[in-house]
Amino acid sequence: MEALLFNVSTGFLEGIVRGYKAGLLTQNQYNNLVQCETIEDLRTQLSSTDYGNFLANEPLPISTSTISDKATQLLVDQFNYLRSNATEPLNKFLEYMTYAYMIDNVILIITGTLHGRNTNELLQRCHPLGVFDTMPALCVATNVEELYHTVLVETPLAPYFRDAVSAADLDDLNIEIIRNTLYKAYLEDFDAFCQSVGGPTADVMHAILAFEADRRAINITINSFGTQLTKEQRAKLFPTIGRLFPEGNNALARADDVDQVRQAVDPIAEYRAFFDTSPGARQPNGAGAGGGESTANLLGDLGVSDELGAAADLEDRFFVHEVHLNKLAFLQQFQYGVFYSYIKLKEQEIRSITWIAECIAQNARDRIHDFIPTF
Amino acid sequence: MGLYSSYYTYGLPTFVALVVALYLLFTGSGEAFNVGQFLEETSPYAWASTGIGLCIGLSVLGAGWGIFITGASILGGGVRAPRIRTKNLISIIFCEVVAIYGVIIGIVYSARVTAVQDTLLYTRENYFTGYALFWGGLTVGACNLLCGVSVGIAGSTAALADAADPDLFVKILIVEVFGSIMGLFGLIVGLLMIAQAGEFAAAAAPSAIASPFVH
Repeated sequence: MEALLFNVSTGFLEGIVRGYKAGLLTQNQYNNLVQCETIEDLRTQLSSTDYGNFLANEPLPISTSTISDKATQLLVDQFNYLRSNATEPLNKFLEYMTYAYMIDNVILIITGTLHGRNTNELLQRCHPLGVFDTMPALCVATNVEELYHTVLVETPLAPYFRDAVSAADLDDLNIEIIRNTLYKAYLEDFDAFCQSVGGPTADVMHAILAFEADRRAINITINSFGTQLTKEQRAKLFPTIGRLFPEGNNALARADDVDQVRQAVDPIAEYRAFFDTSPGARQPNGAGAGGGESTANLLGDLGVSDELGAAADLEDRFFVHEVHLNKLAFLQQFQYGVFYSYIKLKEQEIRSITWIAECIAQNARDRIHDFIPTF
Repeated sequence: MGLYSSYYTYGLPTFVALVVALYLLFTGSGEAFNVGQFLEETSPYAWASTGIGLCIGLSVLGAGWGIFITGASILGGGVRAPRIRTKNLISIIFCEVVAIYGVIIGIVYSARVTAVQDTLLYTRENYFTGYALFWGGLTVGACNLLCGVSVGIAGSTAALADAADPDLFVKILIVEVFGSIMGLFGLIVGLLMIAQAGEFAAAAAPSAIASPFVH
């Protein structure tokens, strides 16, 4: 039924965002990018893509962070264009998307302040999508109570802080707890909002958000091994909208090592592959593999088997699966999932370009293929 | 939808209708619900005109709805891929055709409506013409409404698919053509339904007043 009335307010923007999506880099363009010898070559290659001459006015030794910043600026411009043309409930949907960046910014500033960093430098490092007016004031907060009452009570994040204010002092562990509590509340709230929109939006977004929730649950579990975080505290941080909920979440809460995590996620066939360490599961990408899932490699060819390598490997497999889910969102018309997916895919693309630029700059050509292609 | 809004949507009208019906029944005026009287009293002109109005109205509604669904997507998709705009006018034309079906049937039907003196109107043939135009018009209108929406949604998908991959345009256009044919079915059936109905004609004798209810 949503096909009848969706286009009244959102048809134009959906066409626009699908147009943006058609401008994402393809496998061929990635192949051209990895051939580049210098950053200037990279710039020339990028100028023939959707990025255009976004680096034209930069002074010549272009740093990789400049490329990343400028590309992010393009993304932000596109997002703001969508947002300024959106009506309810898409407007609200796009606003929800910025909350995730706000949470990251808040945590970034608190952590930076805790470690005595310069405020201006911190503000520059914040993601531009998550900027809000009272952000600079975050630097003065010394405990959670103060943080909430002076700054965050006026931001949209205020309701998410309800569960986090119990934490007393700001130290590294507590900040991490606050971040995950906020994220849990945010994901649950966003999912509830998507369910209230209903129709295919609810279906598509639930699949993406459920994976996001599960990813966070698994990450929290693995990262909490060997820290002071108790199992009860850990269980409280798990979002309750994932596919692992409730059985898998309980198993994760009890897990003591990576093997038990593997058993906990075993019932979900897609997640089983994340922990598959057999050599056959690691295939080099870049070889024109079209499918999303099969392109997980990253460090595979280096034969890294220590803990660090495994963790990075897992993270990259999560990214590959996320890209895959986001691509699926484009298969359905008349839903808001495309807006979310486009921004996520573009972000991934910017990460990939930055990785390639970094590899070129540091002359690490053997690892230049270890990015995650989008299309 | 909350409890109250669903109550006011479904519960209240049912309740009011029930109260009115029971009131009429228990006060001895149950005869007010007289379907036969209603059918005989109502002028065949009313039936015919309503039919023609529904025919053209629903057709235009369907066409307009389809055009806005398609048009919004063409506008959006055309921003980054301007080449789609001319090709996808075909989708708009397919929607427009649906309105033209309605206009054709409207013209054919209105040719049946001729002026007849009131006292000579209520004949068996004129009743039939009235009913045939009403239900024929409703058939064509409903067919064209749904056809227009279907073509519109297919056209919107065609525009976005074309913007993403030009090879897909012809393939999706075939789907759209089949959607568009459904409106033609309505047109044919609508024509057949009034094949036996003549123009409104005056009765031979003043005895044409068919019912004691008609004054």
